[in-house]
Amino acid sequence: MKAIFLNIFSKLLVAFFIGAFQFSTSYATGESHKEDSKFNAGEMIIHHIVDAHEWHIAEFGHTHIIVPLPVILYNQGHFTFFLSNKMENAGDGVKKYGHFHYSHGHFTAEDGSSVYDFSITKNTAAMLISVAILLMIFLSIAVAYKKNVGKAPKGIQSLLEPIILFIRDEIAKASIGEKYERYMPFLLTVFFFIWVNNLMGLIPIFPGGANVTGSISITLVLALFTFLITTFSGNKTYWSHIFLPDVPKGLYPLLIPIELIGVFLKPFVLMVRLFANITAGHIIILGFFSLIFIFGEMNTGLGYGVSVFSVAFTLFMSFLELLVAFLQAYVFTLLSALYFGSAVEEHHHDKHH
Amino acid sequence: MELIQPGLGLVFWMTVTFSLVLFILTKFAWKPILKALKEREDTIENALNSAEKAKQEIQKSQAENQRILDEARLERDKVLKEAQATANNIINEAKEKANSEGAKLLDNARTSIQTEKAAALTEIKNLVGTLSVQIAEQMLKKELNNDSSNLALIQQYLNDAKLN
Repeated sequence: MKAIFLNIFSKLLVAFFIGAFQFSTSYATGESHKEDSKFNAGEMIIHHIVDAHEWHIAEFGHTHIIVPLPVILYNQGHFTFFLSNKMENAGDGVKKYGHFHYSHGHFTAEDGSSVYDFSITKNTAAMLISVAILLMIFLSIAVAYKKNVGKAPKGIQSLLEPIILFIRDEIAKASIGEKYERYMPFLLTVFFFIWVNNLMGLIPIFPGGANVTGSISITLVLALFTFLITTFSGNKTYWSHIFLPDVPKGLYPLLIPIELIGVFLKPFVLMVRLFANITAGHIIILGFFSLIFIFGEMNTGLGYGVSVFSVAFTLFMSFLELLVAFLQAYVFTLLSALYFGSAVEEHHHDKHH
Repeated sequence: MELIQPGLGLVFWMTVTFSLVLFILTKFAWKPILKALKEREDTIENALNSAEKAKQEIQKSQAENQRILDEARLERDKVLKEAQATANNIINEAKEKANSEGAKLLDNARTSIQTEKAAALTEIKNLVGTLSVQIAEQMLKKELNNDSSNLALIQQYLNDAKLN
């Protein structure tokens, strides 16, 4: 069931992005079989921003520094666990473990039965690290709040308190209204989850650098949470807006589908916005670095020359991405709050949509 | 293609992890933090309110003091004025009394002078009469010896020279 859903979903997404990613996907799929002696920017970039079963940190010549990650496969009622570096090379870019074949980031069974991949991938591991940081920070802050009750905040507490207050006063109170308190935990969690993951993605080396919030799976789940909370907190006014809009009955066949599409479109847009923004940031930075090697292959001196500009631009982009990291967390939180607000809003006769 | 294809494993782990994080942070972080923030805000607001109240009270008591001072001043002025008026009255009364007393004394003196004067005049008149008679008697004794006609004439003269 889930696999079918994901399949349909990904096809929809492919249609959505077909224009934007035709170029890069052709690099990723078409040229990956070639001899990799020549630098391929598209392949390198895609390799860096997609999920993987191992965490590639660096390579010196032919020596790769790789953190192996646990692979968890479900096949024919059995779970199989192994580390990603335990696979044998079966030649032609295919790897083997038991009766599983691994190629292009996917596992298949020898007998053709379906394999469900629950591996702790690079993004999963990066997310778990971010979550650990998140828990460490906020649980310690909570202790600090309990310790010095009624006193001025100290240390990291005073760094994050304005943000917590900002989310409470400017996002939750402003967008949801009186019932804001119920949604505060989700809004705070989502904000700091996205922000921490965005920032971790900007750190170029392990344990940062994974494209967690630029992964569609992550944004899908986040948007799904927003969607479910919105749907389950929808009151009479919210549903009557969708199924009994304030228009002549003749327009219902036109308007109800539009409203219904809107219900699903809102979380979909949330998902795509976060994914696209963060992924784009990673692609741009990686693109600037690729320029060094593209020019370096033409002429070594040219490569060094270009590197000055590349580093300057990357620096500039990194600062911009710091802003984007905060901004996207803010936007996601604000829009979630607005959707919650529309779900719990009481009816106003003088206000039409 | 892989970029926009949700991975089953990642979706699964993300759902589990995010639910757990949401639960743990809600229970152990957000609730105490939000509660502490709210309590602190309430405390600060209360403190500010009570400070404002104290300020108002001080202002009120200052106004009260000022009012009492003003009242006392007015009272003093009034008392002084009244005392002044009473003193003036007493002086005036005394003056009037003295004046009237003086006038009465003068009157009495005048009356008694008048009476004395009248009594003296009467006495003088009688004395003059007697003396005149004596003088006339002496003179007439020499010239006229019991001449009745002369006596009558003298009587007539005396009557004519009645002293008022």
